[in-house]
Amino acid sequence: MQHAHARGAPRRSVMIPLLGILLSACATAPQSQAPTPQATPAPSTPAPYTSTYRALPSTTTLIRGATVLTGTGTRIDNGDVLIVDGKISAVGTQLSAPAGAKVIEANGRWVTPGLIDVHSHLGVYPSPGVDAHSDGNEMVDPVTAQAWAEHALWPQDPGFQTALEGGITTMQILPGSGNLIGGRGVTVKNVHATTYQAMKFPGAPQGLKMACGENPKGVYGGKGQAPMTRMGNVAGYRQAFADAQAYREEWNKYRRELAEYEKKQKDAAGNKKGADDKPPSPPKRDLKSDTLVGAMNGEILVHIHCYRADEMAIMIDLAKEFGFKIAAFHHAVEAYKIADLLAQNDICGAEWADWWGFKMEAFDGVMENLALTDMPRNSCAVVHSDSPEGIQRLNQEAGKAMARGNRMGLDISREHAITWLTLNAAKALGIDQVTGTLEAGKMGDVVIWNGDPFSVYALAEAVFIDGALVYDRKSPPAKPASDFLLGQYETAVKGSAQ
Amino acid sequence: MRALIASALAVVASNAVAQDILIRGATVYTSTAKGTLTNTDVLIRDGRIHSIGTGLAADNATTLDAKGRALTPGLFAGLTTIGIQEVSQEATTDDASIGLGAPAYEMQWRPEFDVSTAYNGRSVLVPVTRIEGMTWTVLNPGIASNGNFLAGQGAAVTLDGRQDAVLDGSRSLFINLGGQMNSHSGGSRAAQWMVLEQAVHETRNRVSDQKSLMHPLGREVFARYLSGGRVIFNVDRAGDIVKTIAFAKRYNIKPVIAGGAEAWIVADQLAEAKVPVIIDALNNLPNTFDQIGARLDNAALLNKAGVKLTFSMFEDSHNARKVRQLAGNAVAHGMPKEAAVTALTADAADIFGLGATRGRIAAGQVADVVLWSGDPLEVTSLADQVWIAGRPVDMRSRQTELRDRYFERLKRATAN
Repeated sequence: MQHAHARGAPRRSVMIPLLGILLSACATAPQSQAPTPQATPAPSTPAPYTSTYRALPSTTTLIRGATVLTGTGTRIDNGDVLIVDGKISAVGTQLSAPAGAKVIEANGRWVTPGLIDVHSHLGVYPSPGVDAHSDGNEMVDPVTAQAWAEHALWPQDPGFQTALEGGITTMQILPGSGNLIGGRGVTVKNVHATTYQAMKFPGAPQGLKMACGENPKGVYGGKGQAPMTRMGNVAGYRQAFADAQAYREEWNKYRRELAEYEKKQKDAAGNKKGADDKPPSPPKRDLKSDTLVGAMNGEILVHIHCYRADEMAIMIDLAKEFGFKIAAFHHAVEAYKIADLLAQNDICGAEWADWWGFKMEAFDGVMENLALTDMPRNSCAVVHSDSPEGIQRLNQEAGKAMARGNRMGLDISREHAITWLTLNAAKALGIDQVTGTLEAGKMGDVVIWNGDPFSVYALAEAVFIDGALVYDRKSPPAKPASDFLLGQYETAVKGSAQ
Repeated sequence: MRALIASALAVVASNAVAQDILIRGATVYTSTAKGTLTNTDVLIRDGRIHSIGTGLAADNATTLDAKGRALTPGLFAGLTTIGIQEVSQEATTDDASIGLGAPAYEMQWRPEFDVSTAYNGRSVLVPVTRIEGMTWTVLNPGIASNGNFLAGQGAAVTLDGRQDAVLDGSRSLFINLGGQMNSHSGGSRAAQWMVLEQAVHETRNRVSDQKSLMHPLGREVFARYLSGGRVIFNVDRAGDIVKTIAFAKRYNIKPVIAGGAEAWIVADQLAEAKVPVIIDALNNLPNTFDQIGARLDNAALLNKAGVKLTFSMFEDSHNARKVRQLAGNAVAHGMPKEAAVTALTADAADIFGLGATRGRIAAGQVADVVLWSGDPLEVTSLADQVWIAGRPVDMRSRQTELRDRYFERLKRATAN
């Protein structure tokens, strides 16, 4: 099951000098903030397929007397969280409720930011997993950077609702890992909608899904095509980025010529001279290279499915060669072998707590991977799922990893471990300025748990997205959210009308 | 951690030869009618549970103070391919299934295929699994792409690393049914019942070997299962489960339902027919059209209806240790905790015919026991020490070796 999937990775918004990464002259300033336009080398093209997401109506809400894990590394006992106009307004103790506020007495409850999964295939590999729904891997060419996961995202996947019941408010949907470069990922808010555009996280950068190792070489090598080996894998990435560099240069040349032409036209205005000059013709759009140029420009965040330590080190050199930044390695089963290298290069490790051994490149998995990835200063450990089951309990995955780290003497607190599935995940997706922590001004993406969220017995009691209560365990929806299950579930359960 | 390892090693060193072990002051999950006993001592002698009580004494015993920690019977690791599949996607390491390459119109049944004969007690999965508190598993033959919906036989093995590990009386036949098997049954689940009937007919009547579904040896094996043998039917859809119950009754088979995504819908019928169920308690999505009714309280509802059940990961034997988390989630969704622990111990043992010797902390039982750092079903708890047949398990695996090597490296790398 895992082999068809890919990983995404987070990236940090912190403007740490990028060690050894030479940003090319035309690179735009990278990402400090959320909304970056979708990358295209063509000037002034409005971002296509724009988000139509609108926050649901919300009530001013005061959650009172809970154990609050803010996502910034802080724990507040007997803490309060105030949500006004869909945003976090205040976090502290003894907050007073504004007039008309709904007050939730949350003694004994825990409150965290909404959880974020950087690696999901919901909607592109939905349930039911029938052939007609297999939309995550365009495995006809090792480089399909032109493919966008969002164009295959089926909003009726029942997995969105079950993920919501596990406290997931935001996720990145990625193409699979069958290709060297699978295409663009999309970040969505976990709201039920009929179109994906209405889920699309406003302003979130897209991701670029790449894959190391066995999957691409297995898919194509098996057909007697390149890549057949890991050598071929790397040659494939390099050629694709080299082509994109040439493409970028063509566009830069065009832009220079156009500027000259426009200047000439302007200078000539009035004396009619120069009217015979023809404007330069733009190069042909190449959607594949558009994506890779966007990645090199820092507008699209690079997420690489990569298991082995040695291969991650090669991908870091690839990024240096072509001047892009890697947001995160996904799966990164051997991240523990190079945790210092990842931290030095400001790369997140997005990982499972315990998957291993299902293929050779996963044979060296250890249960302490997340805890060890987290160990160096400036590290960025992220808990991810890559699974419609795992996404429902990222909190438990984090609990397992935290316990392993603590057994080694790493002293990982709950307020720290929660950052693996909130703040760090938001950094990886380039949305940490707007969500991922409980801080004034951020989106009201909040979960109330019935107890310690790292416990196997913990359940999300209430989930808020942009301040709107989108799931309430006390009054669960009477009908399934998914059109697919509507009517069908009842029929399956009841059988003959009794 | 260092302290823990040191104490574990001390136990190992002093018990190279099976010696009496006295565990004092534990919270003992007996998985018997006695329930959970606090501040209780357990004495292990000659590899068996000798006695349970308070203030037990034994002159030559290695004594360990549990300080209130939980002691459970060794957990069932589920239906797995531990020791018969080292790296899932590497064919040379995978002995879990049989495919003989016969053309589809020449369907061949090989019930005589017994996957436990491929078991490797020295697999790295064995220590990886047992240090997490799982002391036994049932080897589950898989379905090869050119195989049949009858997978063959499997059996329970102890995970103490011995080569001759099969536990007597546990051998079972595995048959997979439903839509996922259509490609292995001529395109229809109706053909699954057709061929099952054909197999019954063959075992009861003279048939020409040329035209038969099974070899003579296969018929002999299949006949054994038609006289009260245990057959694990991997099946999800409620209607198919009901059909399975009826088929098993008709032909004197002792059925066990595995998968059972929709078992809760027919819980009363399962309870009435005394058919046990093995489920993945995290399965709540309609992964297939046979699982439309999947839900998280499947275990709670089956338990409430009186169905005996246990848990298994079905597709990830490397992570078989996750069964504990399955049980914990079943509790979060309404199953009583003690029932969930019993499901992973005594009930699992009973389902596979091992209940007389395994699965309980009771006098006379084989001393497969686990001492936990906390609540045995909690994801933040770990096994502090595992004993199999009264011997302490070395709490190391290839994974802990890798961890220790790179932890040391990372400590040096991050020192400044």
